Amino acid sequence: MIKFGIGQSLARVEDARLLRGLGRFTDDIAPPRSVQMYVLRSPHAHAEIGGIDFRAARAMPGVHTILTGEDAAADDLGGFPSMVPSTAPGGGPNFTPPFAIIAHGKARYAGQPVAIVVADTLEQAKDAAEAIIVDYEPLPAVASLADADAPGAPLVWNECPDNLDALATFGDKGVVDAAFEKAASTHSVEVRISRVSANPMESRTALGEWNEAEERYELTGGMQSPHMLRAQLAECVFKIPPNKIRVRAFDVGGGFGMKGVPHPEPALVLWAARKVRRPVRWTSERSEAFLSDCHSRDHTSRCELALDSGARILALRFFARANLGAYLSLAGLHCAQGNIGHLSGVYTTPAIYAEVRSYFTHTVPIGPYRGAGRPEAITVLERAIDAAAFDLRMDPAELRRRNLIGPDQMPYDTGFQFTYDSGNYPVSQTKAEEAAGWANFEERRLESLRRGKLRGIGMGHIVEIAAGMNDEMGAIDVEADGSVTISTGFHNHGQGQETTMRQLVSEFLGVPPDRIKYRDSDTDVQPFGFGSAGSRAAAVGGALFKAISEKIIEKGKVIAAIMLDTSAEEIDFVDGTFTARSTNRTATLAEVAALAHQPMGLPQGMEGGLSHKQMFRPKGPTFPNGCHICEVEIDPETGRSEILGYWVCEDVGRSINPMIVAGQMHGGVVQGLGQAMGEFIEYDEEGQLLTGSFMDYQMPRALDMPQITTISNNVPSPNNPLGIKGAGESGTVGAMPAGLNAVCNALQPLGIRHFDMPATPWRVWQAIQHAGGIEALHKAAHETA
Amino acid sequence: MYSFEYHRAETVEETLKLGSVLEDARFLAGGQSLIPMMKLRFAKADNIIDLRDLDELRGIEVAHDIVSIGAMARHAEVAASPKVQSAIPALAGLAGGIGDPMVRARGTMGGSIANADPAACYPAACLALGATINTTGGDIEADDFFQGVFETALGEGALVTGAEFPVPDAAAYKKFRHPASRFALAGIFVARFGDLVRVGVTGAGRQGAYRWIEAEDALTENFAVNALDGLHADPSQMNSDIHGDEPYRAHLVEVMTRRAVLNASAHCGDE
Ligand SMILES: Cc1cc2nc3c(=O)[nH]c(=O)nc-3n(C[C@H](O)[C@H](O)[C@H](O)COP(=O)(O)OP(=O)(O)OC[C@H]3O[C@@H](n4cnc5c(N)ncnc54)[C@H](O)[C@@H]3O)c2cc1C
Repeated sequence: MIKFGIGQSLARVEDARLLRGLGRFTDDIAPPRSVQMYVLRSPHAHAEIGGIDFRAARAMPGVHTILTGEDAAADDLGGFPSMVPSTAPGGGPNFTPPFAIIAHGKARYAGQPVAIVVADTLEQAKDAAEAIIVDYEPLPAVASLADADAPGAPLVWNECPDNLDALATFGDKGVVDAAFEKAASTHSVEVRISRVSANPMESRTALGEWNEAEERYELTGGMQSPHMLRAQLAECVFKIPPNKIRVRAFDVGGGFGMKGVPHPEPALVLWAARKVRRPVRWTSERSEAFLSDCHSRDHTSRCELALDSGARILALRFFARANLGAYLSLAGLHCAQGNIGHLSGVYTTPAIYAEVRSYFTHTVPIGPYRGAGRPEAITVLERAIDAAAFDLRMDPAELRRRNLIGPDQMPYDTGFQFTYDSGNYPVSQTKAEEAAGWANFEERRLESLRRGKLRGIGMGHIVEIAAGMNDEMGAIDVEADGSVTISTGFHNHGQGQETTMRQLVSEFLGVPPDRIKYRDSDTDVQPFGFGSAGSRAAAVGGALFKAISEKIIEKGKVIAAIMLDTSAEEIDFVDGTFTARSTNRTATLAEVAALAHQPMGLPQGMEGGLSHKQMFRPKGPTFPNGCHICEVEIDPETGRSEILGYWVCEDVGRSINPMIVAGQMHGGVVQGLGQAMGEFIEYDEEGQLLTGSFMDYQMPRALDMPQITTISNNVPSPNNPLGIKGAGESGTVGAMPAGLNAVCNALQPLGIRHFDMPATPWRVWQAIQHAGGIEALHKAAHETA
Repeated sequence: MYSFEYHRAETVEETLKLGSVLEDARFLAGGQSLIPMMKLRFAKADNIIDLRDLDELRGIEVAHDIVSIGAMARHAEVAASPKVQSAIPALAGLAGGIGDPMVRARGTMGGSIANADPAACYPAACLALGATINTTGGDIEADDFFQGVFETALGEGALVTGAEFPVPDAAAYKKFRHPASRFALAGIFVARFGDLVRVGVTGAGRQGAYRWIEAEDALTENFAVNALDGLHADPSQMNSDIHGDEPYRAHLVEVMTRRAVLNASAHCGDE
């Protein structure tokens, strides 16, 4: 019996370190002689940069260097490319301006780096920055998606008319249009997905060093994918071979996808470090973070459903506009159009057609954030379902049930983009409805109404792609005493991977977790990795470590056979012990490892050691799914919503650590509800950020959140050997529609069919006013009584 | 933050002396308003004089139907004070609803009053209770003290040493929290002394905290929620931003006033 293996709610190993202040975050590291970088950022969303006079600043105390876009151009530094090719409106490839590391000649968003100051202390660097005179010629800006292609809108790029970078279409329009012709009813809804910022607890960080002896750069920082960042820095920014850069990440306080895309500052610290021949440190302040972290979402769309007379979905049409910001980040277009396959949802929708128009604006580039396109598509779909139910005066749960893909249809080819691996959607919905008391909600609505309150219930029944197909590399190093060290390209930034990876290896090799060392991601240790993103580490890592463990066991059997005087085929390996079959002769993994490291004792030609390193690619992606239900109560006098309860019946496939899965669900749900209920980023017409601090950006607090009940309906995935699906993003994907649908449902008695996020008190109050105010509510109460 | 010299003194007298000799000096109390502004480089002072050692400004006393609170009393101390809780529970509740535990552990009443943030809670209580603000330049009535957004009648270089709050017959503070900052989007302090009612409004007004005289008159006539029927807060007096426009804030003032009246009457048994 393995106590630490798969399925145990083992307490998180990393917490003992993190909670006692023993974590090692980048800002904790101050190498001797290190200096600080301050980034002077453009105060204008759009401006011509005439000249930069930093003579006085350069002479100020403590200043080592000041660098600008002109220096970067002289050094031939590039920017970060987009990983997603798309199509320009007239056909042909879209225009792909790389994400510049520093403005040169022109600033294109407020907060864009214009110069960097490197000084002994941060205060000296800031003092010097105040003495820099930048000759800006402010230009008109376009700061909102709605205005991006308005007649006469200023252009972000002259190469890109109407600011429309990409027009991508998916599916067969003819087939879909024909289905709409035949429909018994059609339903359309326009949905805005607000712009938000990830706001990880630890802001972005970078420590750059120039190793003169080895003539290479060394970067330490808060990031999700050290290998990807290294590749980008090497190929695109510095134009040098990748092994001329080492990238490491130690403890990282949250990433949420935002830290998965390259940002300018890691490149800037390395560049500066080489110039000043000293380690250069940078830690984003919170106000800098709001300005310069890639924002996310920011998307409007119209979604149309065609139903037959039995309320079964015949077809779906989707027309979206997505904001890209001023440059293409690595994954900006991915968020806009890469996850459009989610429009299929958990339903048997025969035909889907989608059009996505992606626009440039004078705002910080858009990057991924927990879900990265998944919550956007799913929220629109789930809103469309509820709007259709409103039109048909039907229970939205019933409308969903009629359209769910059945478990007997798995694996299910949606006919659009995805083939779902497994899952039992109807059972999840039943379990969630039972837990939430869906059936007798109307009684609760009435009870609230009697108190003058509007109560609403909302469902988000969702499926999302996880464990993407990219390869991952991993290694298990077995020492001569049988302890092991594991390394991968994944990176733990709060998900509990240090615990779950240990559990996996403990399961496979029978080594107790305290004999397993988890190595932080380091490009010098592993030449390749993809990193932690897209809910992939558990599923891909699980399979990867299983494959590696099997190799180790295979070799261990050969060695054990020598020790136990039999043949390898006669050896069994269970719980860390090799046994000669039908005997009581055994050898522990430690004993085998000891012999493996004494080549004299091994047969001629046999390689010593037990360690193994390899790459792995799973058979296919997985599709975690779940039915989410949220209940809210609105005070119509103030517009304030209170979230009363939250229930989710989820399917994450096989769960390595149920406690960690529940934690992922809770965190994901809070981020989804945070956006549905209140978070938003806003720029004014000139492109000035209005939500630049937590005084204005409505971060959810623990007290705003309800008890979150999680129920499991796990169906193992056939697409990887362990059946794991993933748990990182589905909470957010489900909570955004469930929360929003609950608010819309609460407003329904006033005749309100759709309400756009965020459900801030003011916006909800305005919606109620437009619908006739409290008087209309009293009328409704009178009618229902 | 810009660099500065740090000073502290043991007595009010020494503090004032430091303040008068040092160039560009600023007092530091709990630092919950000043330090964030300094970090952002919005506030700059060559010299910071820390008030933390001024024990003479810390006491909380009740005598002759007056609650006297020293300027350096922390929000958490006011909230937890049995004397304040029994004399003016609404005031203890107000202090306990400011910010979060860390803010309450450090932030002071005097700092809040001196700062006169247009969304701060204390100014509403001072106005509604008719408090007297004690300063080293003499006592100033609350009505004269608060003069606008971050504007007060406090003399140059003077210290707020405390405030005296008359004990009302009934009072309540109702705060509609700003969804992001959790300051008051509209905070209403209602106090009744005999028949006389005063209403202090914070958060909503364009000019900072103010008294809603029309509501006071109506409630003095009849201290009941329906006395407010048909009475409207003037939107043109209201602040407007991305969290609420003038009509919304005016509406919140009306709603929160009704709730405060309801609450004040419920608590004192005079429905
Ligand atoms: C996260 C957060 C949330 C908050 N939420 C609320 C809230 O909900 N409601 C609310 O009312 N407030 C809130 N505050 C503000 C808090 O109450 C502050 O403590 C208060 O505004 C200032 O008090 P302080 O002691 O911190 O003053 P400081 O920040 O030290 O000083 C503020 C100003 O007053 C001056 N000053 C301080 N003491 C004196 C004195 N005795 N005499 C003369 N001048 C003086 C200083 O020179 C400075 O200019 C919040 C603050 C934070 C950081």
